[in-house]
Amino acid sequence: MNNQNASRKYAIIVAVMLILAAVYAVKLFSLQVISKDYKEAAKNNALRQITEHPDRGLIYDRNDSLLVFNDAAYDLMVVPKELRTFDTADLCRILDITKEDLIKRIEKASKYSKIIPSLFAQQMSKEDYGYLQEKLYKFPGFFVQSRTLRSYPEPIAAHILGYVGEVNDKTIEDDPYYKMGDYIGISGIEKAYETELRGVKGQRVVLVDVNNREIGSYHNGEEDIRAIPGTSLWSTLDMSLQRYGEQLMQNKRGSIVAIEPKTGEILCIVSSPSYDPNLLVGKARSKNYTMLWRDSIKKPLFNRALQAMYPPGSTFKLANGLIAEEEGILDANTIYNCPGGYQVGSHLIGCHHRGGTNLVAAVQHSCNTYFCRAFYNIISNKRKYPTIQEGYTAWRNHIVKLGFGTTFDTDLPYEKKGILPTAEYFDKRYNRSWNGNTVVSMGIGQGEVCVTPIQMANMLAIIANRGYYVRPHVIKAIGSKDNLNVQYMDKIDAGIKPEYFEPIIQGMEMAALAGTARGAQIPGIRVAGKTGTAQNPHGRDHSVFALIAPIDDPQIVVFCLVENGGWGAAVACPIASLIAELYLTGEVKRKGVEENMLNLSTK
Amino acid sequence: MSLSYKQHSASKGFDGRLILYYSLLVTIGWLTIFSTSYNPSADLGFSFSLPYVRQLIWIGTSVILATVILLLDARIIQHYSYHLYLFCLLLVISTFFLGSKINGATSWIKIGSFSIQPTEFMKLATAMALAKFFNEGKTTVEKRSMWLIAFGIILTPAFIILLQKDTGSALVFLSFIVLFYREGMTGTIFIFGAIAVFLFVFTLLTNEIYSLALLTFILIIAWIIDRKDKKKIIRNIIIYVVAIAFIAAVNIGYNKVLQPHQKQRIDTLLGKTSDPKGADFNLIQSKIAIGSGGFFGKGYLNGTQTKLNFVPEQSTDFIFCAIGEEWGFMGSCALGTLFLALVIRILRLSEKQRNPYARYYGYGIAGIIAFHFFINIGMTIGLVPIIGIPLPFISYGGSSLWAFTAMLFVFIKLNDN
Repeated sequence: MNNQNASRKYAIIVAVMLILAAVYAVKLFSLQVISKDYKEAAKNNALRQITEHPDRGLIYDRNDSLLVFNDAAYDLMVVPKELRTFDTADLCRILDITKEDLIKRIEKASKYSKIIPSLFAQQMSKEDYGYLQEKLYKFPGFFVQSRTLRSYPEPIAAHILGYVGEVNDKTIEDDPYYKMGDYIGISGIEKAYETELRGVKGQRVVLVDVNNREIGSYHNGEEDIRAIPGTSLWSTLDMSLQRYGEQLMQNKRGSIVAIEPKTGEILCIVSSPSYDPNLLVGKARSKNYTMLWRDSIKKPLFNRALQAMYPPGSTFKLANGLIAEEEGILDANTIYNCPGGYQVGSHLIGCHHRGGTNLVAAVQHSCNTYFCRAFYNIISNKRKYPTIQEGYTAWRNHIVKLGFGTTFDTDLPYEKKGILPTAEYFDKRYNRSWNGNTVVSMGIGQGEVCVTPIQMANMLAIIANRGYYVRPHVIKAIGSKDNLNVQYMDKIDAGIKPEYFEPIIQGMEMAALAGTARGAQIPGIRVAGKTGTAQNPHGRDHSVFALIAPIDDPQIVVFCLVENGGWGAAVACPIASLIAELYLTGEVKRKGVEENMLNLSTK
Repeated sequence: MSLSYKQHSASKGFDGRLILYYSLLVTIGWLTIFSTSYNPSADLGFSFSLPYVRQLIWIGTSVILATVILLLDARIIQHYSYHLYLFCLLLVISTFFLGSKINGATSWIKIGSFSIQPTEFMKLATAMALAKFFNEGKTTVEKRSMWLIAFGIILTPAFIILLQKDTGSALVFLSFIVLFYREGMTGTIFIFGAIAVFLFVFTLLTNEIYSLALLTFILIIAWIIDRKDKKKIIRNIIIYVVAIAFIAAVNIGYNKVLQPHQKQRIDTLLGKTSDPKGADFNLIQSKIAIGSGGFFGKGYLNGTQTKLNFVPEQSTDFIFCAIGEEWGFMGSCALGTLFLALVIRILRLSEKQRNPYARYYGYGIAGIIAFHFFINIGMTIGLVPIIGIPLPFISYGGSSLWAFTAMLFVFIKLNDN
């Protein structure tokens, strides 16, 4: 490089540095000499950064009744750097804590940050707050911050609403939005819609005088950022239906899931035993949570509607009937003779009715023989599927399209997939030598298959819609009632042609009129029903019922399962029909049935 | 100080001015550290846990280190440049296994009650390795691959340090472009750099759709201007595609590579978000401390903001707050002048070197010191995002002081030969 060029570059480098330095000098001059704000601020003893916690969004039911709202609460915060000697005994007395506890809390706060305020005592009563506010000048470094707590007008829908709790360390590290002591939705709607519900935190920078009093906002509030309240949500739940469902399920174990079939909106979703959501709020939350969690008999935290896996029982015959039609195995006129059971080797799957049966009658009478044969024929259809593996897999694919063996991946917390074995599973289990009869009990909803109540309710929605479903969900609208939750609007095709649904629905109607499901009848409404009795190796069978009403233009489908309730018609059937009656007519006229069910205990 | 060194030297003498600047800066640093931990109501203590006592130990050891360096043979320094580079690289890598986490970065090795930060020494070693490479490689290696290797030498440690989540120190390695520029890299690259910074800020402030629209608009205009020149059209399209890739990389880099607190700081500087974690608050406190200093300052030991610990990390990364508060605009300017004088002196002496190694080295460390100075001061007054790097010679901390002392005295030694 020649010398001239080099010295030019040297000059440029020095010039750039001098220009930069000049920019810095100008900035310093404006900061230190021109601006008065900083001098003003420095005169006051301290600035304090106060987080404005936004109100969490409210949750309404489909008819604008409040399911969840907020209550005021007061937290005592501490800024370790600002602590001076104070009367610890006095503070301990006010807060009702021990001195060791006090020291531990201050240490924890210091460890987190010396200058950022930390939560010291949460949710003081209004009385304590008032008392402390008077004496706060004695406790430099402490201040009170208001925030809100969840509150529930009625103790219902605990599993679906979920709860809010303090954010854990891992989340704090991962997401800069959260800091120690913040609340976050931990389960249910609170978790699924956390970003909508939480709002946006604001911040105030205030001046604090030597007596630990806030004397105004810094910079005339120009540095302040207002909190934006959380977005309100409209649930698909019908509060009165939910309440009624929980009442009906009192002293029973099991679940009710009711869906509006056209939209996939869940009208009520009951898991019993449940708990009062007010238990999981505020100071007592962790104590109560432990108590609920330890209750291994009732398991109140267990959401049966989404997580309990049951053999579907006879209600599964509906699915197999549809698949048999779609696969061309049978049509509405196909008649199978029922000799009173289906023989598998030396074992007989019994049936309580006899004679030549078509599809409608098979559904009406819940004919085991018919559906065992249908299922056998589907998976052993050698013309279409040379091997049993292919035949079974084809059946399984249909079942998955009907919403089983998978989750809907919606806004519902912690769904379970259920159990739906693959052909490989049977290959392994039977060392590749198995045939249609080996697994035939799946045709009538027994054997290896297990489903969740929500999956069954969704299958009913498919039948009601004659071929499609919308993923079941619990949030209808976000922000305002007109702003629909567009995530759950797609119609998902279940892979069965519409005309194949007619014999099934006809059979279900016959069952309600003159079959196994007579208890489902609602005065003035055409109802379709199907009983089920899910075999329970551990005790009395589970009572299962599936209901669609009204038949011409279905408004509601109900799936009800009562553990150890005996056979389907005994308990689940009347409960499902009462739910449908309340929803469709607005009142329950069959007071006798209602009373029986309310008083019944299956425990 | 400078006198005693002159006696040792048999040649034309160590540069007195550099030694003077160094002594002044270190003294100012110690006085400031003393001031930030000084409590008028308490007795003066002498305990090894006090920052100003520890800093005194580090200053003492730094003087020993400086003397040793001056006694070395300059050829040895030059000869072992690569060795030192590799050794420091290994040290930096070893922090993955031995390192302890301080302020979110895992770049410290703990020895007893002291922690050393190999990244500080990595800067020195990189300057030496780069100087040696330019010195020996310029004649033997073809130009293009020479630049590739040069970039490799600075980007390798930078990348490893980035993995240790010490983004600030990694960025320091960018300062070698001052040397690259001096040694023949064209100015175009700086224009590209400026465009890159602009696109970065623009993309984060708006979103990639706007950036895309802007780029497309520019492309169309360039197309119209260059419509007769096919080569230029093709070049423009290539630039356009690269720029789009860059925008995509910005988003990915911003969301995946940067730590949440770093994102916060960039957002704060861009005025993008509310800041619940307090980066804003730090900057407010820092500005109040500096701004309250006024023209002449509040006087030594009279700072209130920096005394009450309102400013975070006030003896390390935010030490300039205390200077700004106690010495005011005058003191700040004086400090700035001192730094500029030091850097420009190094540059000037570098130009005079007959041994190219010394020149390359001089430009390398001048860049590092200037980068530290501008970024550190800039962050306390809100001109650049808050990046945790120390103010050379001033900030509290042994690793940083040792490394900068060694950096400067290696140059003083080279200059002497």
